[in-house]
Amino acid sequence: MGYVLDGEGLDGLVRELARDYLVFAPVRKVGAGRFTDVDQVIYDFVDDASQIELDAKSDYSFKELLTPLSQTLFYFTEDQVREARGIGPAGGSGQGGDDRDVFVLMRACDLHGVRRLDDMYLHNGPEDSFYRRVRERVHFALIGCPEGFEHCFCVDMGTNVAPDNWEFSLERRGDGYVCAVEGESLRPLFERHAKGASEVVPAHVSQNEVHVSVPGSMPMEVRTSDLWDEYTRRCIGCGRCTLVCPTCTCFTMQDVLYTENGRVGERRRVQASCMIDGYSTVAGGASYRKRNGERMRFKVLHKVYDFRQRFGYDMCVGCGRCDDVCPEYISFAACVNKVTDAVSAWDAQHEGSVVSDD
Amino acid sequence: MIQDVDVKAMKKNAFRVSKERGMTASRVRVPGGLVSARSMARIVEIAEEYGRGEIFLTNRQGVEIPGIHMEDMPKVNELLRSIIKDTGINQGDSEHGYLASGTRNVVACPGKRLCPFGCYDTTAFAQRMDRAIFPNDRHVKVAFTGCSNDCAHVALNDFGVIGMTEPQYDPARCIGCGQCVEWCRRRSVSALSLVNGKVVRNEDRCIGCGVCVVYCPTRAWTRSSEHYFRVKIMGRTGKQNPRLAQDWLRWVDEDSIVKIVKNTYAFIDEYIDPNAPEGKEHIGYIVDRVGFDEFCKWALEGVELGEKCQRATRVYWDSRRYDRDNDLR
Repeated sequence: MGYVLDGEGLDGLVRELARDYLVFAPVRKVGAGRFTDVDQVIYDFVDDASQIELDAKSDYSFKELLTPLSQTLFYFTEDQVREARGIGPAGGSGQGGDDRDVFVLMRACDLHGVRRLDDMYLHNGPEDSFYRRVRERVHFALIGCPEGFEHCFCVDMGTNVAPDNWEFSLERRGDGYVCAVEGESLRPLFERHAKGASEVVPAHVSQNEVHVSVPGSMPMEVRTSDLWDEYTRRCIGCGRCTLVCPTCTCFTMQDVLYTENGRVGERRRVQASCMIDGYSTVAGGASYRKRNGERMRFKVLHKVYDFRQRFGYDMCVGCGRCDDVCPEYISFAACVNKVTDAVSAWDAQHEGSVVSDD
Repeated sequence: MIQDVDVKAMKKNAFRVSKERGMTASRVRVPGGLVSARSMARIVEIAEEYGRGEIFLTNRQGVEIPGIHMEDMPKVNELLRSIIKDTGINQGDSEHGYLASGTRNVVACPGKRLCPFGCYDTTAFAQRMDRAIFPNDRHVKVAFTGCSNDCAHVALNDFGVIGMTEPQYDPARCIGCGQCVEWCRRRSVSALSLVNGKVVRNEDRCIGCGVCVVYCPTRAWTRSSEHYFRVKIMGRTGKQNPRLAQDWLRWVDEDSIVKIVKNTYAFIDEYIDPNAPEGKEHIGYIVDRVGFDEFCKWALEGVELGEKCQRATRVYWDSRRYDRDNDLR
């Protein structure tokens, strides 16, 4: 079932939705970019349709809701521990104690990303209860993509058509908006604000400019190949690629003792990045993967090969945010293609011999 | 041929007396250092038609066309007309070339229009300043630079304006990766430190360069919506007592800077040495003579500095007086 809305209808719809739910959506933050007077599109809680950015790709992903950049897990005193409350960004006072469910508006690639986060946090050994607690309250809404953006390669990653985990969709059409509504319970809400009913199929991208082909096997010779050396020279190890990635899940812990009273404190977890110094540092100060080329190998192969060995599908969803953000203009897509070419070359050389797949 | 040229009028008209008798050069004003390709083509035309096909790029971002016969000055002025209009020079009369040459071309680095570190639109501010102070015979040098790197060498000007942003920190977006701390140390002034996994900014030491914002991988650091400035004053080159400009104001706003520079013209009119050669005297020498407080009185007339603005009540210039001592030991 679908609906057609005008601007006023969407305003009313979002306002009413935001009464019953928290609404988490891409928002254009004016001037919040790295460079002077450049905007940034970042997810945030909204209560008004005008705050939602439907036309641009978000620079950072929805994952900041499910796996906050910085999240206090619990507070401790001498012999007591109290878990931190609420949903939303750590330290965000307004939303902190809110226990409503959340609607998250996201594109098809990101909706596919949710499966990766779920598998990492819920189906990869013991469940992560902090993740579970937020995840249970999250509902998804699909932002239709009439066309892709620069650097997108969702088609080749098979994430251009949304999975079935959304309850309604939203996209511009003509002067107004169209929504497909899957959830029965949401229909009265849409009927109150729509101009009319119509059959709506959310738009999806069927062709990207960027093409990526992932490697089918991974001989040790390619893992240790000198093709990674280029990235030791080019990469500055800033980690922006992983922090904007909707599927990167790594975190680290911070135990903070309040300076005025060392017997009171909190435990936080913050996102971590395999590209940033310190990620592979172990007790005693030794560090694995010191060179950025090694870090690049670890990241890239995880996204398009190693993750697949565990879960049966590729981690990367082809949103291309890593290529959008890299200050050194390193293209993840180009790297994957180089790796695949190297694997093909290896295969051609070793035709008939046994592939060593570790 | 009788050659009777009013050299003083010619110089005011932005033509110079050159080494070669009867030959001059035309100085084209380029406020903010941004010139359209169309005007650049006109400049080329002048150089080819009336010059010797050469163009000097001046130290203050203008261009100077050498090899012009003095008798061709009216024709060159005619061709300068479209350039004067196109570069937005503040003079109603564009028929007779430039109406003054005392106040020097207002210099700017490319700023935020080009540079990742530029904290404001240096070109636009330079053009605004140029419209406020030109045409004027007083020898005043103003320059704009996008950040504390001072690529525009504003420290060599009477007024040097440096862009600042006040870094805004959102601890909820900070993962404690420490890159801002490290880059502030390596590229700037070590104003940041990590305390309990979050970043503390030494507000007094921070020069508002925005390096932390550029390197933050999560947008925990962003720029303030207001653009702020640091103003250095009374820098100069020269034979007697060259010196770098020193900080006078910081976290000051754009409007105040325009007022202050305009006010300074009245100060110069009041106190300039009547015997100064060619009526030119660096403002700094006047300030040395009449006192810094007197300068402040005139410059700050009608200026209401914002709450955030900090002002040095004393400014000291460390420099050498070559008119007293030229000893290297």
